[in-house]
Amino acid sequence: MESLKLISHSPEETQHLGAILGKLARTGDVFLLVGNLGAGKTCLTQGIARGLEVKEYAFSPSFVILREYSGRLSLYHIDFYRLDHIEEIVDLGLDEYFYGNGVCVVEWAEKGLQILPPENLLITLDYISDIERGLHLEAKGKRYSELLEKLAVSIKSGFGSKQR
Amino acid sequence: MKVLGIETSCDETAAAVVADGTTILSNVITSQVDIHARYGGIVPEVASRQHLLTILPVLKQAMMEAGVAFGDLQGVAVTIGPGLPGSLLVGVNLAKAIVLAHNLPLIGVNHLEAHVYANWLERSEPPLFPNLCLIVSGGHTDLVLMEGHGQFKKLGQTRDDAAGEAFDKGARLLGLGYPGGPIIEKTAKKGVASLPLPRAWLKDSDDFSFSGLKTALLHLVREKETVNFSIADAAASFQQAIVDVLVTKTVDAAKRLQVKQLLLSGGVIANRALCQHFVNSSPVPVLFPPPRLCTDNAAMVASCGYYHFKLGEISSHDFDVIPSLRLGV
Repeated sequence: MESLKLISHSPEETQHLGAILGKLARTGDVFLLVGNLGAGKTCLTQGIARGLEVKEYAFSPSFVILREYSGRLSLYHIDFYRLDHIEEIVDLGLDEYFYGNGVCVVEWAEKGLQILPPENLLITLDYISDIERGLHLEAKGKRYSELLEKLAVSIKSGFGSKQR
Repeated sequence: MKVLGIETSCDETAAAVVADGTTILSNVITSQVDIHARYGGIVPEVASRQHLLTILPVLKQAMMEAGVAFGDLQGVAVTIGPGLPGSLLVGVNLAKAIVLAHNLPLIGVNHLEAHVYANWLERSEPPLFPNLCLIVSGGHTDLVLMEGHGQFKKLGQTRDDAAGEAFDKGARLLGLGYPGGPIIEKTAKKGVASLPLPRAWLKDSDDFSFSGLKTALLHLVREKETVNFSIADAAASFQQAIVDVLVTKTVDAAKRLQVKQLLLSGGVIANRALCQHFVNSSPVPVLFPPPRLCTDNAAMVASCGYYHFKLGEISSHDFDVIPSLRLGV
């Protein structure tokens, strides 16, 4: 499966989708999040953290750029919100995280696509209404096609939102 | 006793010399040094490389302004976390080089704890224990009980956005620019807090949440064509919502824990309107540093390091940076 479109009807539903992703995640996985302020990127990441059995709240890394959490696997929550030049992102030396032994979630990933791993799960979040958000998941590479298929099965057997 | 402080955890490259944990002999941060002229090229605002380029000029200036040589120092304190690994390493490696070359004790410092110690600087009477510390910045919103030097109990923290980040993102949503905190504060003065924005009270918890407020503001901005309001009123309403939550929850905890004082710190505390709300609402004295000591600096690191030195807490030379360091348990 190459792509999947969903509608979330609440922050809880977005977190639930994240939790399923977190449960399915494997060492070295890279999830790229794209979407405007308030689209639900951190909300989705909190769900992923829950799925990875992280005990604390994964709170926004917008200012500090990177936060690490330990769970079933390490979660590296990265955020390019404050970075405006690709050189700044390169300078951070994040490769050890992207090609390391945890799961990377990158918010505002569109700012650094050139230097991010070419194989990834790209998730675009859109504001539809006060509470509804559109989620477009695109698999880049075999690992992520398989992940999307498993995700679709999990969703059919429980996730509240309808497929578009 | 003179301690050199070094801070490179986030954006600021900073060095300072502080005597006895309280008297600032020098306090230099990147923006005060003419780095552009020195290196000619672009200096990235957020990058480990920036620290590498600026740390030595900043250190030299701090030593010069304090009028001291390395031989006059009794210790070196450096931030070991939380922060970006590459950025933290610049400061830590410099600190290790200095202590090895001059045979000085090395003290690794928690950046969040250092913010609290900004309240010990340039004050005639030291703060009292137990006190309640609120640390609010772009990256953190932590409520911590301080029972003695180096003794912290975590009470609450933000579950999503930090307060400073909420200010910044709110300013961006309103099209006001950067940095968000000062711009919202300025714009809010021209408006009235008349718009209904939510406050996340999270009853029975000392945690904070500002993400719902951000989303509500986003919704308001999107509906602007149907609901007419001024940007100044929106800024005032947004600021009021953040202030209400920070002040009410902190003051409630101060009453419950019967602390002697309330200690505010972190970049958001540079907002003097916020400080005034705390002063008006708190049953106990409210202490807060001058704005230049609220934002990241190395004087607070030196002060924090001094008090840990007095407790006999010296770091070994092989310690590593701790990017995900927390404050209190």
